[in-house]
Amino acid sequence: MEASALPAATGTGRRRRERLVPLLFLAPALVFLLVWLVYPTVRTVVRSFFGRSGSDFVGFDNYKSLFTTDTLTTAIKNNVLWVAVVPAFVTAIGLIFAVLTERIRWSTAFKTVVFMPMAISLFAAGVIWRVMDQTDPSLGTVNATLKVAHDALSSSGALTTAQPSSPALTGSPSSGFVLRAVVRPGGVALMGLTAIPPGEVPADAPDAARPLPRAGAIDGVVWRDFKPGGGRPGVVEAGEQGLGGVDVELRPAAGGSAVASTTTAANGSFSFGGVRPGDYRVAIAASTFSAPFDGVNWLGPKLITPAVMIAYVWVWAGFAMVIIAAGLSAISREVLEAARTDGATEWQVFRRVTVPLLAPVLSVVFITMVINVLKVFDIVLSVAPQSSQDDANVIALAMWRTSFGGVNDFGLGSAIAVFLFVLVLPVLALNVRRFRREQ
Amino acid sequence: MEASGQAAGQAVALPRERARAGEPWAARVGRAVARGPLNILLAVLAVMWLVPTLGLLLTSLLPATSITQEGWWNVVAHPSLATWENYRAIFNNSAITSALWTTVQIAVFNTVLLVVVASLAGYAFAWLDFRGRDWLFVGVIALLVVPLQVALIPIFTIYQDTGLFDTVLGLVLFHVAFGLPFGIFLMRNFFIGIPRDIMESARIDGASEWRIFTRLILPLGLPAIASLAIFQFLWTWNDLIVALTFGRNTQPLTVAIFSQTRQFGSNIELIAPASFLSLAIPLVVFLAFQRFFVQGLLAGSVK
Repeated sequence: MEASALPAATGTGRRRRERLVPLLFLAPALVFLLVWLVYPTVRTVVRSFFGRSGSDFVGFDNYKSLFTTDTLTTAIKNNVLWVAVVPAFVTAIGLIFAVLTERIRWSTAFKTVVFMPMAISLFAAGVIWRVMDQTDPSLGTVNATLKVAHDALSSSGALTTAQPSSPALTGSPSSGFVLRAVVRPGGVALMGLTAIPPGEVPADAPDAARPLPRAGAIDGVVWRDFKPGGGRPGVVEAGEQGLGGVDVELRPAAGGSAVASTTTAANGSFSFGGVRPGDYRVAIAASTFSAPFDGVNWLGPKLITPAVMIAYVWVWAGFAMVIIAAGLSAISREVLEAARTDGATEWQVFRRVTVPLLAPVLSVVFITMVINVLKVFDIVLSVAPQSSQDDANVIALAMWRTSFGGVNDFGLGSAIAVFLFVLVLPVLALNVRRFRREQ
Repeated sequence: MEASGQAAGQAVALPRERARAGEPWAARVGRAVARGPLNILLAVLAVMWLVPTLGLLLTSLLPATSITQEGWWNVVAHPSLATWENYRAIFNNSAITSALWTTVQIAVFNTVLLVVVASLAGYAFAWLDFRGRDWLFVGVIALLVVPLQVALIPIFTIYQDTGLFDTVLGLVLFHVAFGLPFGIFLMRNFFIGIPRDIMESARIDGASEWRIFTRLILPLGLPAIASLAIFQFLWTWNDLIVALTFGRNTQPLTVAIFSQTRQFGSNIELIAPASFLSLAIPLVVFLAFQRFFVQGLLAGSVK
């Protein structure tokens, strides 16, 4: 290759060498591109018209099954959802982050933290989120966070395991407990519960009130019919605590929906005033016995696609942020300052100046994300357990599973690959056109 | 991580200007107070972005006996719980250590090869005259977005026929090929920015193209070569689909871990540390070379 070491070349020899030199520089790359990209692409297109064995020409049959097989149509539907949601979301988050980091002193640290997941494989990111998304709130971070929020929001005295203290009360926590005896206005309802874990009754709860009959009203009490040492069931005794915040309903004895409902006071007392004459039953509503929060099933069939999307956004938000931040730093400060001087609010500056000026960058990010989302593969495989993979299916994964994951149908697999290729063609054309315009 | 990753790497490093030194301190304090909520909001977001990775690290430190019973935050509450036992176990697990070695081989070998091939071609597209150059380059650009799924089936057949199946070499060659469109694009665009005078004077001095390439272009192109190398290294280190398709016993880390995830839950004490190991190395490379980016950029922007 050391051309200058060669003896001075003749005219034609020199020209031939001039033609040869570029070829030598290009040859390795051309071999790679032709053998590993161009030939296989052509071969895949041809193969997609043949059946599983590879020798039987089947025309468009593979493409027909692509749009009629259940797992494949799920994959296409999911991918449509991915394209509709994720690129826009990632671009928006990137834009917001880029604009906000401009105003803080530790923007470099922030950007590094958000950009970091880009260095991680999508597969490992998937494993990370599979650990995060575990259903049991004592294992999965997401559900643990939701549990904290859930417990903070729901009333403190939620009863989970309470049972009637005497046969006077029947029912179950899921339907609510009903007093067996019919109550009429002027009557009293005593509703004792036991089997309540100490944590579910505030330590400073007052003793239960003893309701007295009142004309035209039904008064009562819901209380913890138990005290250290026991106590007699069905009788309100000193030292037995009232249960506050319990939902109580008044139902017609003949059946039908509740005519009135109320919530007990801290000492467990409740009162229905102005009750019309008739027979009633008093019930503790099922809503009182809220089940403990056992976690959202993120990895189940219903939520698996959103769960994978969240993981994916976590990975790519940094990419969008960094590209958009670079575009932002290229915007002239004077333009922004001029708008502010003219009295524009920060929101107007953002909406009317920053975003329009960033439009080219935003579209680059958006299009890049569309391409990436069409090819999404690894992260689905690692977030979704085997049992939800059919529900989380996407085109690239369907292609791989059809070709190499057990089915081993190269004809159908090729058709899926060609379909994927066709989907990226518009972007391919866009890239080429943009380049030719720049030249 | 793919085509536009290069711009990303550069932008992270972009120096931020802070030219507000002459301000009275009262105004600065006032602004800081006004931005308190913003700082809190961004701090919360930063934590949200940090927690998943941190959670995996701390999960991997939980004792194998309690890993399926308690969350990683127990390690924060009781640091004495943390143990390196799981890591000791995976380093004694020959499947994992050999996968690690395979990953290193694939990533290093293929990065070197790609940089060489892409620089050669990039130079030809930037500075050599030949017929059809622009058309050929448009072809390279067209290949930028081709999904690798279109090549899997034919290459699978070729590899089985030629004995490249289940070899490190087979994986390396595939990665080089699919890294090339971006590599050539990046190199050509960087090389074309080298001032014409430098090239002309070298040619007038009678230097051969090869000599110009090795003595002039490669040293000048070092920043671009570095970023291409890092992207390709990360890309192949992190690959799953290629190795899953063209390997059986030749397993990089991702595939080795993947084969374990089928029984996720019963073996988190293996999956968590192995996954963290597989992501720690690219993370270190990324953080280390982020600084390299800054230096290269600053040197470039002074000119």
